[in-house]
Amino acid sequence: MKFSEKWLREWVNPAVSTDELTHLLTMAGLEVDSVAPAGGEFSGVIVGEVLAMEAHPNADKLRVCQVKAGEGDVRQVVCGAANVHVGMRAPLAQVGASVPGLKIKRAKLRQVESLGMLCSAKELGLAESADGLLPLPSDAVVGTDMRDYLGLDDVVIDVDLTPNRGDCLGMVGIAREVGVLTRTDLSAPEMAAVAASVDDRFPVRIDAPQDCPRYLGRVIRGVNPQAETPLWMQERLRRGGIRSLGPLVDVTNYVLLELGQPMHAFDLARLSGRIEVRRAKANEKLVLLDSKTLELDDDTLVIADSKGPLALAGIMGGEMSGCSDETHDVFLECAFFAPLAIAGRARKYGLHTDSSFRFERGVDPQIQRTAIERATRLLIDIAGGEAGPVVETCSEADVPKAPTISLRAARIRRLLGVEFAQDEVEEILTRLGMSLTKTDDGWTVQAPSYRFDMAIEPDLIEELGRIHGYDNIPSVLPAAHMVMPEASEGRLPLARFREVLVARGYHEAITYSFVDPRVHTLIAPDTTPVALANPISADLSVMRTSIWPGLLNAVVHNLKRQQPRVRLFESGLIFVKGGDGLAQVNRLSGVICGPVRDEQWSSQNRMVDFFDVKGDVESLLTAAGHKGSVRYEVAEHPALHPGQAARIVRDGRELGLLGALHPAVAETLDIKTPCYVFELDLDAISARELPVFQALSKFPSIRRDLAVVVDASVSSATLSDTIRKSAGDLLSAVKVFDLYTGKGIETGRKSIALGLILQDSSRTLTDVDVDEVVARVTAGLCESHGATLRD
Amino acid sequence: MLDLSAVVTEANQAITDATDLAALDQIRVTYLGKKGSLTEQLKSLGALPGDQRREAGQVINQAKQAVQAAIEARRATLEQAALVAKLAAESVDVTLPGRDAEMGGLHPVTRTLERIESLFAHMGFEVKEGPEIEDDYHNFEALNIPSHHPARAMHDTFYFDAHTLLRTHTSPVQVRVMKDEAAPLRIVAPGRVYRCDSDLTHTPMFHQIEGLFVDTDVSFAELKGTIDVFLKRFFEIDDLAVRFRPSYFPFTEPSAEVDIGCVLCGGEGCRVCSHTGWLEVMGCGMVHPEVFRQVGIDNEQFTGYAFGMGVERLAMLRYRVNDLRLFFENDLRFLRQFK
Repeated sequence: MKFSEKWLREWVNPAVSTDELTHLLTMAGLEVDSVAPAGGEFSGVIVGEVLAMEAHPNADKLRVCQVKAGEGDVRQVVCGAANVHVGMRAPLAQVGASVPGLKIKRAKLRQVESLGMLCSAKELGLAESADGLLPLPSDAVVGTDMRDYLGLDDVVIDVDLTPNRGDCLGMVGIAREVGVLTRTDLSAPEMAAVAASVDDRFPVRIDAPQDCPRYLGRVIRGVNPQAETPLWMQERLRRGGIRSLGPLVDVTNYVLLELGQPMHAFDLARLSGRIEVRRAKANEKLVLLDSKTLELDDDTLVIADSKGPLALAGIMGGEMSGCSDETHDVFLECAFFAPLAIAGRARKYGLHTDSSFRFERGVDPQIQRTAIERATRLLIDIAGGEAGPVVETCSEADVPKAPTISLRAARIRRLLGVEFAQDEVEEILTRLGMSLTKTDDGWTVQAPSYRFDMAIEPDLIEELGRIHGYDNIPSVLPAAHMVMPEASEGRLPLARFREVLVARGYHEAITYSFVDPRVHTLIAPDTTPVALANPISADLSVMRTSIWPGLLNAVVHNLKRQQPRVRLFESGLIFVKGGDGLAQVNRLSGVICGPVRDEQWSSQNRMVDFFDVKGDVESLLTAAGHKGSVRYEVAEHPALHPGQAARIVRDGRELGLLGALHPAVAETLDIKTPCYVFELDLDAISARELPVFQALSKFPSIRRDLAVVVDASVSSATLSDTIRKSAGDLLSAVKVFDLYTGKGIETGRKSIALGLILQDSSRTLTDVDVDEVVARVTAGLCESHGATLRD
Repeated sequence: MLDLSAVVTEANQAITDATDLAALDQIRVTYLGKKGSLTEQLKSLGALPGDQRREAGQVINQAKQAVQAAIEARRATLEQAALVAKLAAESVDVTLPGRDAEMGGLHPVTRTLERIESLFAHMGFEVKEGPEIEDDYHNFEALNIPSHHPARAMHDTFYFDAHTLLRTHTSPVQVRVMKDEAAPLRIVAPGRVYRCDSDLTHTPMFHQIEGLFVDTDVSFAELKGTIDVFLKRFFEIDDLAVRFRPSYFPFTEPSAEVDIGCVLCGGEGCRVCSHTGWLEVMGCGMVHPEVFRQVGIDNEQFTGYAFGMGVERLAMLRYRVNDLRLFFENDLRFLRQFK
């Protein structure tokens, strides 16, 4: 809501500065967004009067005017405007004046001297376009500075209103609020009824009384459509952000700004039969004022006549019934439309008007008569005409009633935490226009019709706090019962996993939860993503089913910016459509590429490989205390290298995947370096068991190393399993300490070196014990895997 | 009388000349070893008469001790020199970088969230999370935002279908917790939220953290107290100006927006605070009775307050980040600045 401060001060004029006024408004919940000069960035412009005019000797379209600038001060000015005429008063920019984008100098236009410039509204920065000079009324005193004449020592205050304060979408509401805040009386302009001087009426029928409980109509005959809207009104409209479009429209817009009541003026000659307020019939068509054709549906309220829809009720008028330069008889509409009948409709049709904005938020259901009388007065004063009687059609039962609200003194203290004196409560609410009746424990309160946002007790309590001032409510720390939280040791918190990764050189990334469907298909073609109905762009249109697309995108971003070594992780939800609906699952995911360490003077560097990322995964799982029970199985995944992909399984439950990014996928993503990724189910990896102490053996352990040659396809995990099975209880650990292929080992086979750690809890093992175990292990490996001992 | 001074002098000279421990040991053998010259002298004592024997024995022992002491002294010196030489040879350039010193870092949003969560945890607020794909009921209806409500237009909601959407705020977590758990309640709910908006100052995804306190006598004054001290602690500015302005949210009544004195210019006015000296940082208010009704909490028995704030906004102010979009580009040059 934008308005002129000067205009406001005609309604209510407290002894506060502009800064104080805007601070008061902001602190009362009417947040002032901006305070801007009222416009017209010009100086040296005065009211001039054209005394004489003759054709320019060297130009067809130019006129040489003698312009009076003061008593006995006549200046020659060359002017090209079509509307210039003798006797006209218009703004004169004198030599030395500045107007937007132009400094006025003494000049010769086609050899004729010109001492200034006669200006249009556009040239003074008062309008976006203009048709000739800005005509000033005949009572404008010649020589007056135009800034004074237009009252430009003014500011435009823009208030960002919250949706509940529809009552402040008119000057009257802002003025009431300022009056309450500064304890200043209002001086509203005279808005007396205009007696009918003709008896013309136009019939109205309301078919949808719930949507339109009240409809006032009035015929005004014989208006002059060529009349000029007075400058003061044009200026107030302009400062309120509304363009002047001729007196018939300007008057309705003025009342909208002044009283917050949207109105509409129909050309009476273009109406047939009667006005009908009804829901549209499906597929009815309506051509709007902006020449767009709408196809309506049946939840849309329209103003129709006997031939069909004329206007979208409360939103926008139609082209066929609107006023024009030829309108002489007007039908004024002033209605109350229920917010629910308008809400959402404007948005649905892609329209957003000053009218719909107000009706959606609510309009005072009792102001229509005042508004139509006000508009009639203004219209007749400006454009003449004879008013018919106001015809009101009303379904009283459907007009919203301000509820009666109980307000308990104890509740005020309980909710605000501060004691209010009884007279302060009564004083504040009375100033707000409420009527109070004392009860045993407080009051019953009746809000005025314009405070339709008052519905329940806390609404009143908020008003008390607001007017009392939030600043004046104390700040106290709550005194609450102490609690000791539950602390499950059975789950490792996410923060710990993050610490592990950070300690291993990873940076945390946060990527969008929606991804490019093409990248999704590349990375996770076997899952069906959920698609947004209204994505912000095509490349952010499906919900991720894996964190990899986002992380790989970040890898690409960094590789392109001279960051060859990337280690990133991210945690968050992924969204998977499954048989039993949508699953939102927490995942922890990572990616690495580039050199294994930052360039360093003493360490040999190399590029990362599968076992680097596996080490990171193992350290995460170790942090959660379940390294030993985890198995890595060969996995197939469309995004992963077929020979370097593993599924991580514990007790039959899949914990996640890791592997090398498939080279074909990398190429499609334009990643030219090998990437290694992991993704873990956070819920699954977080679960951990409490440690159970095992007695430490007092006896030494013995180590025996074996080197066996097996087929290349036999995994080390399988060998370890066999060793554990054949060794028996004495085996406490198996370590893989070397892997060899090449010279001395036949093709298709590999040598793997294993360290067996043996220990007993009750005695020191003898060579015989150890030899026995090694023999069993060797036999087992030979039998199960065709292993041979390497010399 | 036996005179061994020449032998001792000779031995002392040899000891002084010894330059390493091996040579010194050789000298010890020469004089004091089983067949050493002084040891041989002792062996010859038997041949002397009784009184001479005692006297000669003393002389020999004194000479032995003198040589022994000289050897020990020299050994200590040589050992010390050897150690010094060894240490000198082992010295390194301590200014060279160490190995594998690298650390990664947390995202500034996580870092900010952890800080906020920890401040509230100390006041007994428990962290709660909820789904990001929400239904219309939890995101809007239960929060007193019916379908026609003008506030919906401000939310720029991402939809999947008429009833399913990406949560536009963390407030649905409030609803879920209030439905599932009995009052009194003290929770904070951090997480991702989504709005269909993208420009210089908006990203379609960002983070909020929401707080809720429900108990028998929670008041607006306590809301003010909590928020006031939280903001002072978060920014570590004890005299931070904090002001509460009346505002409107469908799910709270009374409602307030909270401004702080600009932390960049100290309230003098700068580009970040649009020259007002104030920065809007969060919204809050007393839980609306309709919300309590929706979740089945007795509005007469309990009152409550709720607050919500944008995490990126706070992170930007705290770490002086000047471009919101940096948070989601994951540029390592940006991320490395938050260790």
